[in-house]
Parts: sequence; C-alpha cells; structure tokens
Amino acid sequence: MGKTKDNPGPLSRRPDNSAFKQQRLPAWSPMLTANSVLPFFYIMAVVCVLLGVWLLITVQNTHQLKLDYTQAGSCNICFEKRKVRANANQDCKCTVVLNIGNTFKGDVFFYYGLMNFHQNLRQYMDSRDDAQMMGRTANLKNPSAYCKPYITDDHGLPIAPCGAVANSMFNDSFKLTYHSAEGSPDVHVPLFRKGISWYTDKNVKFRNPKINNETLTQVFEGTARPPYWQKPVYNLDPLDPNNNGFTNEDLIVWMREAAFPNFKKLYGVLNRASKPFTEGLPPGNYTIEISYNFPVEYFQGRKEVIISTISWFGGQNNFLPIAYLVTGCLVLLLAIILTVFWWKFGKNGQNMEE
Amino acid sequence: MFKKRPPPEEERRVRANDREYNEKFQYASNCIMTSKYNVITFLPVNLFEQFQEVANTYFLFLLILQLIPQISSLSWFTTIVPLVLVLSITAVKDATDDYFRHKSDNQVNNRQSQVVIHGSLQKEKWMNVRVGDVIKLENNQFVAADLLLLSSSEPHSLCYIETAELDGETNMKVRQSLSVTAELGDPNNLASFNGEVVCEPPNNKLDRFCGLLYWRETKYPLSNQNMLLRGCVLRNTEYCYGLVIFAGPDTKLMQNSGRTKFKRTSIDRLMNTLVLWIFCFLVCMGVILAVGNAVWEVEVGSRFHSFLAWDLPVDNFLFSAFLSFWSYVIILNTVVPISLYVSVEVIRLGHSYFINWDRQMYCPQCNTAAEARTTTLNEELGQVEYIFSDKTGTLTQNIMSFNKCSISGRAYGEVIDPMAGQPKRLDFSSFNPLADPDFCFYDNSLLESVKLGDPHSHEFFRLLSLCHTVMSEEKKEGELVYKAQSPDEGALVTAARNFGFMFRSRTPGTVTVTELGRPVTYTLLAILDFNNIRKRMSVIVRNPEGRIRLYCKGADTLLFERLHPCNHHLMNVTTDHLNEYAGDGLRTLVLAYRDLSEEQWEEWAENHRQADMSTDCRDDRLAATYEHIEQDMMLLGATAIEDKLQEGVPETIAILSLANIKIWVLTGDKQETAVNIGYSCKMLTDDMTEVFIISGYTVQRVREELRRARERMMDIRGGAEDTGGGRDLPSGGEKQQQCPPPPAPPSSTTLDSISGEFALVINGHSLAHALEADMEGEFVWTACACRAVICCRVTPLQKAQVVELIKKHKKAVTLAIGDGANDVSMIKTAHIGVGISGQEGIQAVLASDYSFSQFRFLQRLLLVHGRWSYLRMCRFLCYFFYKNFAFTMVHFWFGFFCGFSAQTVYDQYFITLYNIVYTSLPVLAMGIFDQDVPEQRSLEYPKLYEPGQLNLLFNKREFFICIAQGIYTSVVLFCVPYAIFSQATQGTGEPLADYQTFAVTTATALVIVVSVQIALDTGYWTVINHFFVWGSLCIFFSIMVAMHSQTLFSIFPQQFHFIGSAQCTLVQPLVWLTITLATVICILPVLAFRFLKLDLKPQLSDTVRYTQLVRQKKRKPAGRCMGGVRGGAVGVAEGRLGARGGSRRSGYAFAHQEGFGELITSGKNMRLSSLALANFASRHSSSWIDTLRKKKHSTTHPPQSASGESSPAPSYVSGSAPPLSNSSSLLGGSQDTPPEDGTRTPPVTLPQMAPGPHINTAPASVQVLSAGILTPTSVRSAGGDSSSGWTLSLGAVQEALIGWRGVAARISGTSSPGLPPNPRKQTTQCEMERQTDGT
Repeated sequence: MGKTKDNPGPLSRRPDNSAFKQQRLPAWSPMLTANSVLPFFYIMAVVCVLLGVWLLITVQNTHQLKLDYTQAGSCNICFEKRKVRANANQDCKCTVVLNIGNTFKGDVFFYYGLMNFHQNLRQYMDSRDDAQMMGRTANLKNPSAYCKPYITDDHGLPIAPCGAVANSMFNDSFKLTYHSAEGSPDVHVPLFRKGISWYTDKNVKFRNPKINNETLTQVFEGTARPPYWQKPVYNLDPLDPNNNGFTNEDLIVWMREAAFPNFKKLYGVLNRASKPFTEGLPPGNYTIEISYNFPVEYFQGRKEVIISTISWFGGQNNFLPIAYLVTGCLVLLLAIILTVFWWKFGKNGQNMEE
Repeated sequence: MFKKRPPPEEERRVRANDREYNEKFQYASNCIMTSKYNVITFLPVNLFEQFQEVANTYFLFLLILQLIPQISSLSWFTTIVPLVLVLSITAVKDATDDYFRHKSDNQVNNRQSQVVIHGSLQKEKWMNVRVGDVIKLENNQFVAADLLLLSSSEPHSLCYIETAELDGETNMKVRQSLSVTAELGDPNNLASFNGEVVCEPPNNKLDRFCGLLYWRETKYPLSNQNMLLRGCVLRNTEYCYGLVIFAGPDTKLMQNSGRTKFKRTSIDRLMNTLVLWIFCFLVCMGVILAVGNAVWEVEVGSRFHSFLAWDLPVDNFLFSAFLSFWSYVIILNTVVPISLYVSVEVIRLGHSYFINWDRQMYCPQCNTAAEARTTTLNEELGQVEYIFSDKTGTLTQNIMSFNKCSISGRAYGEVIDPMAGQPKRLDFSSFNPLADPDFCFYDNSLLESVKLGDPHSHEFFRLLSLCHTVMSEEKKEGELVYKAQSPDEGALVTAARNFGFMFRSRTPGTVTVTELGRPVTYTLLAILDFNNIRKRMSVIVRNPEGRIRLYCKGADTLLFERLHPCNHHLMNVTTDHLNEYAGDGLRTLVLAYRDLSEEQWEEWAENHRQADMSTDCRDDRLAATYEHIEQDMMLLGATAIEDKLQEGVPETIAILSLANIKIWVLTGDKQETAVNIGYSCKMLTDDMTEVFIISGYTVQRVREELRRARERMMDIRGGAEDTGGGRDLPSGGEKQQQCPPPPAPPSSTTLDSISGEFALVINGHSLAHALEADMEGEFVWTACACRAVICCRVTPLQKAQVVELIKKHKKAVTLAIGDGANDVSMIKTAHIGVGISGQEGIQAVLASDYSFSQFRFLQRLLLVHGRWSYLRMCRFLCYFFYKNFAFTMVHFWFGFFCGFSAQTVYDQYFITLYNIVYTSLPVLAMGIFDQDVPEQRSLEYPKLYEPGQLNLLFNKREFFICIAQGIYTSVVLFCVPYAIFSQATQGTGEPLADYQTFAVTTATALVIVVSVQIALDTGYWTVINHFFVWGSLCIFFSIMVAMHSQTLFSIFPQQFHFIGSAQCTLVQPLVWLTITLATVICILPVLAFRFLKLDLKPQLSDTVRYTQLVRQKKRKPAGRCMGGVRGGAVGVAEGRLGARGGSRRSGYAFAHQEGFGELITSGKNMRLSSLALANFASRHSSSWIDTLRKKKHSTTHPPQSASGESSPAPSYVSGSAPPLSNSSSLLGGSQDTPPEDGTRTPPVTLPQMAPGPHINTAPASVQVLSAGILTPTSVRSAGGDSSSGWTLSLGAVQEALIGWRGVAARISGTSSPGLPPNPRKQTTQCEMERQTDGT
C-alpha cells in the first residue's frame, strides 16, 4: 500500500522516520484538571452575571408600546367587514388611541405586528420568484413555476410580483397623530417610510426591470397585479415615485419572511427633523388612523402596532439579560458543586499527584 | 465466469495424455481466479454490489424522493453529491483491490511448468496445465497441481516433499510412485503412458486419497503415498514426473482454503444496528410531525389556506400529512448522513497507513514492513480477546540449534554472564575448515576439551556423527549438505561436524566420518530405528579396529532406565543439567553407548533376523529385540537443542496475557513439540496448577477426560472460592499479589490466585470429538477456563473449527496468526487474520488481513495500533452521532413553529456542506490522530487494552448518551435564538426574527458549538488538528459569506436568495450574544460532567495521562515509575534465563518419523553411484514402504511399553503415542486417579522410572535439599505429583511470584528475580491501580 521506493537496498522498504508517519507529531494534550476547569467555571459565571446585569440596565432604558388593533375601538367594524371577501376592495378606515407616558428618547421605530401568520410555511416561502424581482426582464413576464398558483391571473397575464408571499403583502397603512396636552393643534407624526429595509435587499435583491428608458408603468405593462392587491406594483407609493415597483420598501420588508408565526415588521422611523419630535416621541396622547385592509379573521390572526426605541443591541428584549443572569447563576452553582466534589471526593488532585 | 456449473462429480476419471477424453468431463482447469471483476463487468457488478449495502440503497431512495417536487424539502444535490462521492471512492478502492488480486492470480497462473507433450517437454504456464497432463517437476519447485507421482530421478522412484504450505510441517515427507510407472523413465515413455485413473471426487482431506489406476488391463490401487499435492515443494529430488489428477480450484489446497468471507468489525455491526434504530427513530419523528401536520392543517392550516390558497390539495389533511411525512424523512435523514460511511472508511484507511508506516513493525532482516492488507478491521484490533497462533514459523523460527550439552557430568554452552553483552561466537574455521559457517556456539571450553583430546567429548561427538539417519550430499569437496529428516537431527550432526566429527557419507552398510581430519569408516551393523514409543534410536557400528559398539540417543526417561548401574552418580549430575535445560525450554536428548562383544552381537543379530523375518507381530518382536540390546548402557551426556523462538515471543505473550488476551496455540506438530514450545515461550509454566492433557481416541474417553479436567478445576476452585470470582478477573488476583492493601498477604490468598492457573493440551484426534456438537459446549467451557490452550496435531480445517467455536460461543473477537498455507482457513475464519510474511510461503499472507514478519509485532499491532484505532473510532462515532443529532433535531423543533410544513431551519447549502465540509475535517483529524496516552504507555500498561475487550468506549449506552447530548444541544440551539429573536431588532431597528437571520444565527451557533465540542473531545492536539478546527471555522464563515454574496445571487437568483444575510447578521452584537449564550449552555454541562467523571471515576487511561502530565510539568526524567518496556523485556528475558523449571521435557520430541532407518539400511535412498560402491545386502529388500504403510494402517497394537500405552493411533504414526494419559496407574497411586493428575508436570512422566530405579531421582532431590538449596525446582521434583496435595514451600510461592505472574512487577521495574516483591517497594503503577480499582 505504502509507496515502495525503487532502489532495492537492504532497507529499501523501511518506512520513513517522519514524526507524522510514526505518529509522533508534537502535540498538546490538554486534560480537564481542576486547575483549569474550576477557574474557568468561576470566570464564566462572573462574565455571564456581569453581562446580564449590564444588558438588563440597558434594556431598562428602552421603551416599547404595543397595541393590538385587530378589533380595538372603531376597528371592530373594519374587522367584521374584512371577514367577507366580497368587500375586499372597499376602503375601511378606523382610529385607535394610545397614550405615551414617558418620552421615547432617541430614534423611535414603528412596527406592525402580525400574530399567527405563518410566513414560514415551506410552500409559502417557496412561492416567489427572486429572478423576477431582481429586475430581470426575461423573468418579468415569465414568472417561475415556484410562484404557483399565483403565476398568471384569470386572463392569463403574468402576475408581477408573482407568488403567494407577494400576494399576501400586508397592506394596512397608518397615520399617527400627536395630540399635545395644551390644546395646541394636532401634529402629524412624520415617519420615514424609506430606509427601513436591508441595504442589500434594497440595492441588490430587489430591482425594477429597466427597458430603454421606459417608465415604470410602461415596463409593467402586460403584467397583472397580484389578486389581493388594491394597487398595481408600480403605484404602491403614490407619494414617492421612487418607492414604487419591486423596490417599494414595504414590499421588500414583507418579502423578508419571518421565521415564526408571530412577528413584527418595520413600518417607519420617526423623522426627528421638526419639533416636537427632535428628542423622540414626547409623552401625550396619540391617535393612529388605520387604513384597515389586511384580513386576519381567516386565520384567526391578530394585528398590532408597536412603537419602540432601541439600544445598542436592538429593541427591548428582556429575555436576553435574564437568560444571561440565570445562566451565570447556574454556572456559579455548578462551579461550587464541582469544587465541593473535587475537594471532598476527587481523586484527581492531591492523592493522584504522586 | 458465468458458466453453468457442472453437476457435482461422483468419481473422477482421468486418462493420461488424452486431453480429448478428459475434456468430456469439463474438469476445472489449473487457472485460479480469485478476482471479482474484469474491465467490462466492473461498473455494473460493482454498482450492484454497492447498492446491496443498505445504506447506499437508502440514499438512492432518498434521492428519488427528493426528485418529487411536492415533498422535496431539500434540493436533490444535498444527497447526490455525497452519494456519488461515496460510490466513486468505494469503486476506486474495489478496483485497486481487484487489480492486486488479478496481479497475484496472474503471477501464480503464469508460473512455468514443463508438460510432456508428444514425447517432448514443453514449457507451459500453470494455468494451461490440464487434468491428465504429465508434467515434470524439478527440485525446489512448487507442485503445480495435485499429481499422481509417476516416476522420479531418485532410486525406487522416491521423491521428497515439504508440505509446509499445506500442514505447516517442515520435515520432509517421502512419496513413492507405483513400481509399474516408475519404469517410465523418460518423456518418450511417459508420452505413451495411457493409464486411466479412477478416483474420488475433489475433496479437502489432505491425508487421504483413494483411487485405482487401470493400465495394461491391470488395476493398481493408489493411495496418498503416491500423490503430490499442490502447494508442496519438491526437495532433494532432482526431478519427477506426475500425472495431473486435480487442477486449480479442485486441488486439495484450494479446497482447503475455505471461502473468503467479508469481514465486518463488531463496531460495524453495532453501527448498522444503531443506524437501523436511528431509521426507526426517524420514522417515529416523521410520524409525529406528520400527525402534527394533520392536526395543524385541520386547526390552522385550513383557515390559512382559505385566506391564501396555493397549489396543494388542501382539502385533504391526511394527504398533506402523508406528504409532510416524506418531506420530513428527507430533511431528517441527516441524522445518518452518508458521510458517516465515508468518514469511517477514511479513518480506517488512515489507521492502516499508520500500520504500514510503523518503523517499529519493520523487520530489517527480511526487509518487510507491516502491512494492513484489509483496511476495514483496524478498530477490532483493539478488542481482541483470543489469539490463535500457529507454532512453526510463527512462534518459532523453525531453526534448531545445538545450544548446550552435558558431557560426562560437565555442562557446556552456558553463557557465563548474560549481562556482559553479546558473547563472542566461536570461530570454527581455523580449527576445522569444513565447519558449517552458520553454526553458532559460544562456549570455548567445549572446543578446548575436544582439542585436548578428552575421550568423553570425542565419544560424545562420535555418537552424534554416527547415530542418526541423516543423508549427506557432497556436491563439491568440502561443501557438505545434510538432508535431515528432522531439523533436530540436522542440528546435532552439524554440531558434531563443527566440533571435528564430520559425517561425510554413508552407504547401506557403512558410515564414513572424518574424525578430527582423519577419515574413518565404520561398518554400520544395524539401525534400531526411532519410533514414538521407543523414543530413542540406536545404531550398532563396528569401528575400523573391529570393536562393536551400540550408540543410542533418546529421551532421558527411557534411557536412564537402561543405563548400567555404575552410571549412578553421573546420571544425577546429568539429571540436574537436564532440568536446567528443560527450564530454559530446550529439547533434550540423552546419549549413551554400550560396548558389545562379538558373541553378543552375533546372538542378537540372529534374534533380530528372526524377528525381522517373522510374519506375525513383526513389529512387536522387533521392538522386543531392540529392547534386549539397549541395556546396560554407559551414559555419555546430554544435548540440548533450542527450537529457536522468534525474537521476543515470550515477552509478547506475557504482555498480551497481561492485557487479558488468551492465547491458544494450534499446531500441526506433535504434542511433545507443542508442549515444549509452550514452555519455552512461557505459555505453560511450571507453577501452573495443572496442565490437562486430552488425548483420547474415542468420544467417551474425550468426554471423560474433559469431565475430569473440569472436576479438578472445580475442586481447586472450591478451595479458592472465598477469594471471590478470581477467575473472571485475573487482575484481581494479580493485584492482590502485587500491591496488597493488607500488607503481607496470607499465603492462602497467594495459593488461591495461583491455583487458578490451568492449561489444556488437546490432541487433534481428541479435538475432532470435542468439536462435535454435543461436546463443544463442555470443551469451550473447559478450555476457556484455562489460561493457555495448546491444540496439537490439528488439521487446517480443525484450526478453523476451533476459531469458529470460540466465535460462536464466546462472542469474543478472535485473531488468528500464522504463516503457512495450513493456517489459511483459520486466518480467514477468525475476525482478524494475521499472516507472518517474509517466510517462503505467501499463502497465509495473501489470505490475511494484516501481515508482518515477526510475531512480536503483534503486541504493537494490538496494544498500540489496535487500541488507538478502537479509541479513535469510538470517539469519532460518539462525536459524529452527536453532531448530526444536534444538527438535525433543530428541524424537528422548528416543525412545531412552521406548521409542520417541513421547512428547513438552515440554508440548503449549509445542509449540504455541514457534514462534508464544515464539520468533517476536525472529526477526521481526531479520528485519525487522536491519542489518549503515548504509545510507550500502552505497552507498559497492558491493562489499558481492557476497555476495548469489554466494549466500553462505544456501546448502546454511550450511543444514547451521545444522542441525548445531541438532542439537548439541538433544543438549546433552537430555543435560545427563538426566545431572543422573537422580540429583538437589529441595531438599525429592523426586526431580527426573519427567517434568514434566524437560519444564519442557528447555523453559526451550531458550527461553533460542535467545534468547541470537538475541541473538548480531542485529546491530542497536533498542528493538523489545530489547522482543521480553526480552518473549518474559517471555511464556514468564508463559504457562508461567499454564498450570500451579490455575485452568486446575480447569476443564480433562485438558488442563492440568502443574499446579504451573513453580512447583515454577523455584524449584529445581539447575534453574537445569542451564539455565546447558546454555546455556554451547550458546553458547560458537558464540561462539568466530564470533569466530574474524570475526577470521581478516572479510567486507567486518564490516570496514566494525568501522571504523564504531572511528570511533564515537573520535568522529571521518566522511568521512576515505569522502567520502560525495554526494561520489562529484559526482565522477562532474565526470568527466562533464570527460571529453573522443575519438569523435564525431554525428548525425542522432534518431528521425526519412523522408517528412515530402514530406508537407509535397505539402501533404497542411496544413489546408484554410491550403491555400486557398497556391498549391498539384499536381505532387507522387503519394501520398506510396505512396512511403513502397514504400520500406518495397521490395527495391530504396537508393543506394550512400560508406559502402558495401549491405544495406537490409526492414522498417525508419530503422534500416536503420548504415553502419558495412563501413567498415573504406575504412580504408586490408586487406579482411580484421573490421568491428568499424573501429567501435571508435563509430558515426561517421572512414573516411567517407577518400575525400578525410582531411587535414582529421589536421592538427587534429597541431596539438593539437604545441601540447603531450596529451589522450587527441587521442591517440585521432590514433590513429584501434585494430586496428592500441594507441597508448597516458600520457594514455590516465591517462584510463582517472580515467575509468570511477576512479569507485571518486573515491567514496572523494581522487583528483581529471586526476591519476592516487596510491597513497600511497589511502584506508582501499583498504587495507581489500587486507586483505580479502589473506586
């Protein structure tokens, strides 16, 4: 098997005396001795606890407000209305009221949340065509078979964007108004509706097809809008012509499927350019005017809005610091138990040293 | 290849020189084909074979499943890439193996042979030789097929063959052709020979052949005596002609070689079972998830679908569940990834290379390195419990050397100071120009005494040069070649030659010897031939002066009875010498002479003539006349011949025994020879409680002997009962001996632990009965209770049967080691077959799984390579199952959140690459390079081998622990990111809970956790390990970043839709916090558990490792604790020299056959030239062969000897009479004593002296005793038989301690032979052992 050298000397077949072949490679043979394991455990415990405490303090300084508006207030009417599919194209608007006690300092983020919506179903997730959405003209009118059954509409026109994911896009919209305490006029809370998606999504993954300087409308001519949509894809954001087509940020955010059935997605970021929002969201009463389009009754889902500030590691998240604290305590406990065992019953230490 | 097989033959008809006639029967040609494929059939046959592997078929099935879009949750390439990889690697390996088989077949098939065609000799390849051809063989050629000997160059058409390849015996055997065919001298006559042979169909009986030759309208019976079998080598015969009867696969050699079975290791079998269980587990999970899917569809899914319908027939939740089941089968199949099989093969291949590369298993003398011929069995080398060893060529070198002698009471040949390095070898060339340069002797005083003309020395060597049946051949002046029938005789005659008494030539009536340069011709009056009962041979010669003298050499027991009483004192001295020699494991012979007067000779010659002429009871009467003349002899001295063991055999056996490996010797040799070797390689020792000898010829007798052996054991055990289960744990007893926690162990404890030592010697014919179905249980029980088992006179097939028996009854891993073709079946049957290479034959090597050239390499193969392989494989498997469960089970937990829709957690590329790229190399590096303790340590502490035998490192329990750990890890890996992410956002406010971020985070956490785990598991961090572990992590990150890059996405947007995920996710601090937390939660409990286990219940390996570590830290020079294995070996060797065993194993125990004396005196084997010179007495013309045959098949009893042997072997001449079994009746004891009692001091039997000169020995021992030398030897010989209770003295205990069992102590380096081991001086090993066991 081994290489045999050609020269037929008396020791020609003697294996080489290399450290590798003789399995004598210099090596480090660590062993779990008390000297290394126990200090490690104590250090880990301390690190975890300290980290936990720090994270906890950080989390305490963030604010979050959650409001389930599925059937809240006047939205109940819309909720009932959306139960019937025939009303799908009828507008329904409702308002919910919320109160903010403390100033939401810094950047404030507006999310919409959906409960019990399975964006993570395999068939659902597959039902999209990234090639179409990255702006390949060839794929625009020839969507992938993955998009089934949302490839073509009843007239045989190709759907753009095709597939179940795009079709089920969340299409409620919100208008937030601030009611300051002293009877001053209500202020519309300005939101950035752009810059809410990943850079790569916005700039690489989702591109509009480009054909000889044609306008977006012309480009999408010959395609149908997804059946559940009220507006065609080139007209999703009437206010900003650049925020249309496949690069519409709401679409992009929606197309990034959530991993779990309860999720939130970013709707907008507070524009702090003008007063009184330069510091964040001031305390007081707010109303949200909701254009209630998305039906959740079919799948017994819930809808909510979430307003939140974030820290360096993200939004309000109580689990992480607590998990660290608990882990740190457990490790400490484990370390103590190990020490006791080692001290009392261990054979590794003093009596084996001879 | 695909030819229809002809119906089984009932008889074979062969007509010489008539190919057309013979072709009618379609006999197999002489072409041997062991290869499986050819170029065209390779691909289909190999693929077909590979898909017979369950695993491969399973993966093919998975692949087909994945091609169905409705259920394919993974892309097809996740399976096909590894599958194609596996199939091609295996195919390449198979092709290489088969190529080598083709090559070796070709080599054999293309050997040249000479065929007589139309009266002339034509060269033909072996494969073209047909049944019915007449072929010519020349000296030293292998016999090409099974031949009927037609004629030969030698007188009377004799021909000599060596059958080592067939039965392992290297002494020459004689074959003779029928006298009618003998006359067909030359090719012309042979070409016209048209006899027809009708004989039995092909079979595997080596010693039997019956057939008839029809020629010239006469029938001639044929027997095995006329046959030359394939595999034999023609010796001392210039040429011979033979008729091919059986060719190729029909030859007895091939029929005996047994079928090649595909060997699997026990780990393999366990792995297959586990994989099956995992499949069941997989199905269970699939079912659970499918049920979940059905429920979900009803409860949630149906509503969701009413909101957003898609392509599925959603109305049927059962169908959905069905699809979901298959989808999950696809996803979860990674619990048994195909890479498992690849990795296992790679690791084994690596281990095989390490075996091939091992310099310490390289033999510079024969320039052969060890070779792992099979790459699939390595880890089983770490689990061996039984070793079955051949004797000749394996334990011994099959070289006899004249080692020592005692001449007239003076001992020669003792190397005075064994410590003074290699003593100088005597140079004979100046003294005797005709000396054999290969002869080695170290004691100059003997040469001096010969030079000084000491008459005793002269007579001694004169005897050696006269009393033998060696033939000489002097091709050129001074170039003497001796053709000895047994190597012992060769050694003796060569010794005489070197000491100046050179046997030159013989004729039927004379022997010419050059005595110190002066040629002397003796008239050879008679040869009183050797036989197994007489155990001696004599010659009667008349010297030139006319004095008649009888020279006799033989077994001491028999010869001492026949000495003249005046030899009394000399006999005592010689007896002491003999005891010494026996203690060294040498074969001894006693030499004596008797002067005869002319009248005595005349009278005896007349008696002898009459006895010879007599037709009835000729043998008995001859024996009586021999007995008559061999009386009143004068003792000359004794010789000691060393059956040279291979280097390091006793040490190896000692170490292997300490590793709890039982060693059985299976040999075709005689009982005496085998037992002798047993003693010299320390398998049998004098401090053994009892050596049982089973040599019955009938079923009842064997059964009885076995029963008695068992009862004896029970009796002795009964006394030892209170020590509690010492049998199964011999270590227990040993420990008590070596490091007694209660200081000064009570002598009863010692006695008990010694009394557990038994050995069993069983003869082939008894074995045949013992292997019968109803007795095999008993036999196994008895044999396994013994520490050493020796089976002698066994046929190749019996060897295999014994191995099979142990495999069947003990469920233990067996290893067979041998060097000859007679070991092939055993080698193939055992779990592991080892061939000794570098010898002449290569049959054993070809059939073996491992081959090397020295028996002692076995310890390294098992204790170092085997142990490591086992350890590595176990660690590998544990980790492998762990990592795949950790990986796969995450999907299961995710199933509960994704509506059981078989959505994967990870990117599909991650799934594809996880097992073959990200995590494969570190675990491979561990599986190939890991070491728990350095190699020297595993030789120093053979006990380290035990976990393998007990299968501790990987079994079902360990497997479940791994699985549990894997599942735990998967839970953590799923839950921690889930709990953290469901609420979390990135630093830029975007939620983290999107699928792709989750996938990347989980995957990263998984890779990091399993990398940390492998770091924990790796015990030996070489550069390669570092490189692989860190490299794998780097590769993981780089591949992930690459896969998520813009470039790939812009080319294949459908396939790489994870664009940007890695870049975006891995910069989030929260993700790293999550990964850290998950890692801590996964690893710390494991770490704590391992630490506790190490701390509270350390294994021996842990302790050794710890000691190593401490020593490294202290930087103390090694060796305080352990003397190093070299020291141990020296200790053992000293023990060998120093131990003076009590039992004399004398004997004419050589591989000697009766009949050669007659052959010489009849002049049949003399060449015509020499015959012409001789005055050839024709009165002995009655065919000696006939006599021989008569003896072989006679049912008449041989003469009753003093030993009372009364059951002659019907088929074995030489092995027929172990006159031991009945000896107890003479022991002055009751008739009821079981025969084994008398034989506990092996074969020799003091009792044979009983009739008269019993006094002769007793005073000797009394003398010694009174002289105050309280040696165990003397105690033993004084004690005589042990059945009457143990004469236990301090000396005996002491001997027991420093003897066999003391090897361990000696290895650890303190106790010196001769001192009882002092408990105070015990070494760390002891203390550590106590600690280990103390838990």
